[in-house]
Amino acid sequence: MTTAISVKNIGKQYKIGAAETKFHYNMLRDVIVDTVSAPIRLAKAMIGRSDRRANQNFVWALKDVSFDLEEGKVLGIVGRNGAGKSTLLKILSRVTEPTTGTVSVRGRVGSLLEVGTGFHPELTGRENIFMNGAILGMKRAEIDSKFDEIVDFSEVTQYIDTPVKRYSSGMYLRLAFAVAAHLEPEILVVDEVLAVGDAEFQKKCLGKMGDVAQQGRTVLFVSHNMSAILRLTQEAIVLNKGQLLMRGPTQQAVDFYLSSGQSQAGERLWDADEIPVTSAPFTPISLKVKERSGKIVDTIRSTEPVTLEFEYKLDSSVTGLRVGLYISTTRGEYVFTSFDTDDTALYDKFDTRHAGRYISRAEIPADIFNESRYTVGVNASSFGVRRYFMDENVLAFNVDISGAPGTQWGEPRVGPIRPRLNWKIEKLD
Amino acid sequence: MSELTKHEPHTIYIKPSKGLAALNLRDLWIYRELIFFMVWRDVKVKYKQTLLGMAWAVIQPVMTMLVFTFLFDKVAKLQTEGIPYPVFSFTALLPWGLFVVALNQGSRSLVAHNNMVTKIYFPRLILPISSVFSGLVDFAIAFVILVLLMFYYQVTPAWNLLWTLPLFLLLAIITALGVALWLSAINVQYRDVNQALPFLTQFWLFATPVAYSISAVPEKWQIVYALNPMVGVVNGFRWALLGTGNGPDITLWVSVGISILIFISGLFYFRSMEKTFADTI
Repeated sequence: MTTAISVKNIGKQYKIGAAETKFHYNMLRDVIVDTVSAPIRLAKAMIGRSDRRANQNFVWALKDVSFDLEEGKVLGIVGRNGAGKSTLLKILSRVTEPTTGTVSVRGRVGSLLEVGTGFHPELTGRENIFMNGAILGMKRAEIDSKFDEIVDFSEVTQYIDTPVKRYSSGMYLRLAFAVAAHLEPEILVVDEVLAVGDAEFQKKCLGKMGDVAQQGRTVLFVSHNMSAILRLTQEAIVLNKGQLLMRGPTQQAVDFYLSSGQSQAGERLWDADEIPVTSAPFTPISLKVKERSGKIVDTIRSTEPVTLEFEYKLDSSVTGLRVGLYISTTRGEYVFTSFDTDDTALYDKFDTRHAGRYISRAEIPADIFNESRYTVGVNASSFGVRRYFMDENVLAFNVDISGAPGTQWGEPRVGPIRPRLNWKIEKLD
Repeated sequence: MSELTKHEPHTIYIKPSKGLAALNLRDLWIYRELIFFMVWRDVKVKYKQTLLGMAWAVIQPVMTMLVFTFLFDKVAKLQTEGIPYPVFSFTALLPWGLFVVALNQGSRSLVAHNNMVTKIYFPRLILPISSVFSGLVDFAIAFVILVLLMFYYQVTPAWNLLWTLPLFLLLAIITALGVALWLSAINVQYRDVNQALPFLTQFWLFATPVAYSISAVPEKWQIVYALNPMVGVVNGFRWALLGTGNGPDITLWVSVGISILIFISGLFYFRSMEKTFADTI
């Protein structure tokens, strides 16, 4: 087998700081001095003799990552927000350069996150196909030969000579996706975390990914969705804080990821570097699992209610915000989803949440969970407007089933839930 | 599968680019079709949903020429070496228009296409290059107007010098591209460029003999004056088309030197900043 991707000691350093401290002036004098010296600073910065370098902080988004991937393999990449997954994909697709290390990539790298890049609303569908194809690195002859196929796939045949600004968002996405899907790169990178579009569209992306893998192409797949990772990849790597922690068969890697780094204490506090800048004005603070007495626990009793407390901060008012929880099994199957404003009365009351700190607290009644380990994810979004923050794997807790229905038989029960049902037995004759 | 076996994939090596030797001109060649598409898109989109459409390419330089004619010919009565003022100024407005487009679109090109820059790989040089090239379309239209003007005012072109015109056009492109390379790269990090552009354009116009003749500048200052590379371009255009001025003299060579210096240094500055564009934009 030939090696498709060979990554050696890759590191990527980002600058942070400077920008955040810039506006924290103590005195008017500082403001004036700063304003007056601005042109000098600009000149200094341009010739590379910046004195700001000293007070800038550097972070390693990736550090010393090495792995090889054979042609035709599908590799999953898992890790928390800020683990360096997206940075790795950006380096592989040459959007950004590594600070250290080398990568050799055999063949063209395509990614489904570049869908629609360079589309211009004033151009027609036909014109945009050529434009977008050229941006993705296709030759004109190549686009010509695939043109009919692309149009068929996109299902917008009759509007192909209409400016795309008149398209519905669905038509727009279909056309954009059709072009990207026909690029036929030797290596495909898919970042589900960054994927745009509705669920239907994301499903289409995943479907396309499966096809591509079956054709013997190399695929790198980033997702927070463990069941998708388990379904689509045989092998996975785990990244944490920019470092490669392990590589192995997907099931093993997923188990490792779910049990490592997670707080065993039934509590998760977010570090500043784990929160993407795009989540502003929403900042997660903590998620706690509490038993009835208020104690933070990592193992709950299935026969008692449990409270999940999500604390967060808003830097400015947000309208229509809903903060929710995902509960899933460690195999990635969802058990349920719930939002704090599911109740319409609460929704009306908290129509706009002003800046400040909040706790959204949910009590999960007794007799829901089976004996297993469950993962809690959080989501903060305004429906149909924007998703501020999402982390599908915040923490995990164990469930102890002593006293639960059916425990007298001492056999494991299948299924993620173990409800106490209201059984009636009638004798009929 | 047949698609896969059609061509043998070549291996790409990704590593931190060191120093100034990283001018990846091979990639620029591979992506040459993209330049064509970007120019084509700019031209197509530029006058869409405008009432007058392509007529704007004519109206803009003609209106400027009319204003100049009123101010500098009728009011200030500047001397124009025997050429009717409208032809005299329009000859200079041709390369100047090209330069202004490059200065404005080119300097904003990276920031304007930030979704491309942060999502996919392509040689970033393509963005300023295609902005400059798309100015050539307006240039060609304005050139036709100049021919009509010369016909109307019965100005005979300097037939024996006309062959040098492409060289001066090349000089105009190099100058415009050099400045666009510098400013577009700086603009990624410091949006001050956006603020400075209108002022810079205006200032540069006054410092260039578009509305007036270089003979208005005292002899001893002309070399200093020619440090502005557009001086060489504009004088060159007048010389090649109308036969005015001294032709290639020391001022031209100063302008050419500066122009090449800006271009080469701009190329290297751009390349050295290119690796951080996606991170800082």
